Amino acid sequence: MSLLHGYGPSIIEGTLLTLEVSLLSLLLAGFLGFTGALAKLSPSPVLRSAAQVYTTVIRGVPDLVLMLLVFFGGQILVNQIGPYFGYDEYIDINPFIAGVGTIGFIFGAYMTETFRGAILAVNKGQIEAAYAYGMSSFQVFTRIMLPLMVRHALPGFGNNWLVLIKTTALVSIIGLDDMVRKAALAAGATRKPFTFYLVVAINYLLITTVSIYLLNYLEKRYSVGVRREE
Amino acid sequence: MNLSIITENFGIYAEGLQNTLMLVSISLAIGLILAIPLAVLRCYGSQRVQLPIRAFVYFFRGTPLLVQMFLVYYGFGQFEVLKTSIFWPFFREAYLCALFTFSLNTCAYTVEIIRGAMVATPHGEIEAARAAGMSTPLMLRRIVLPSAFRRALPAYSNEMIFMLHGTALASVITIVDITGAARIVNSRFYSPYEAFLTAAVLYMAITFTIVFFVKRLENRWHRHLQPQQQTAEDN
Repeated sequence: MSLLHGYGPSIIEGTLLTLEVSLLSLLLAGFLGFTGALAKLSPSPVLRSAAQVYTTVIRGVPDLVLMLLVFFGGQILVNQIGPYFGYDEYIDINPFIAGVGTIGFIFGAYMTETFRGAILAVNKGQIEAAYAYGMSSFQVFTRIMLPLMVRHALPGFGNNWLVLIKTTALVSIIGLDDMVRKAALAAGATRKPFTFYLVVAINYLLITTVSIYLLNYLEKRYSVGVRREE
Repeated sequence: MNLSIITENFGIYAEGLQNTLMLVSISLAIGLILAIPLAVLRCYGSQRVQLPIRAFVYFFRGTPLLVQMFLVYYGFGQFEVLKTSIFWPFFREAYLCALFTFSLNTCAYTVEIIRGAMVATPHGEIEAARAAGMSTPLMLRRIVLPSAFRRALPAYSNEMIFMLHGTALASVITIVDITGAARIVNSRFYSPYEAFLTAAVLYMAITFTIVFFVKRLENRWHRHLQPQQQTAEDN
């Protein structure tokens, strides 16, 4: 890759890290989203309002502010709590964990709304029929609820994923070597910032475009049972 | 928590608040003004007109705002042609670079929002407008755009909030917006909770103000769709 002044491999490394951060945050967001959705639909008013506060706060605060709060604030918190557990050395908070944690936490709120909608969209009759067959709650959930809600959750899930990938660019600000930071380093060394940021922009476009094709395929697959109008 | 840090640095936060509000409102205004004609051309223009608009929207919606901002602020300096042109004083300023990027970014999202709303116009309305002998510009002005704006409002209010959150990135290129103020306070006193929680509260206040006013506007624009208030005689 003489085209990128020898910085090609470094950009690819950064791209892999971006993908790693994205996928791990997605995993965390999915888990939090599911928990949040179940909390929002639970009969307990405490759980419901806790989930409501969670989604409202996240929607009101910029991701960068949250990330800086977690990164700098977490640092102090960890070192204040550390001594109580017999940990006397100074602990440095890992930007990777701070980044994945914050992005996962933010998108968990968006996933909560997506999953809540999907669970509500499942036809009540299906659930009743499953219970009538004598299935346990767990069986109803894994055999009926989950496969059916995937169809309703996929479009929202896909949108969240596309926004999430772009949000990972922020981890470069807290010092993680993702592709944006790799590009910044290369740009500094070669004095060709436009070239490198453009390469990174095209990388993002490639990732999102491939994701869109995959999501469309999945959406088709999970909607096999639906008759289309027209 | 040490509240005196916040009160002592009130001035920095006030400056930050002012900069954030300026950045958001100016970029939203420019973005919207550019987006309306672009959305119309995207729907009614020839293929040759549509293609560059699609490419513009695809690029700005598919890449992170941070990278776009770096492309403008750091990247444009790579071109000697631009450096010697009359535009250079403009692109040398971090503030104007941020404004330029934010405007184009929100413009791209808004084009898609308005286009989506225009496509959703019921076909009967367009047929009726044609049957009444309206030309395309007249039909756009009287029929398609007014109802498209109504339909676009909920999605556009989301875009406004996203843009507000997006302006936090301006702090990365040395601008003292709310986040920039928080970063200054944090580095000066090493007090991340006070610094960033204050910023978070300010952003939340702006977000809820936007939501409140959009809701009012929505009620106004959708008044004809609401169920009529029942009067005593009806019962």
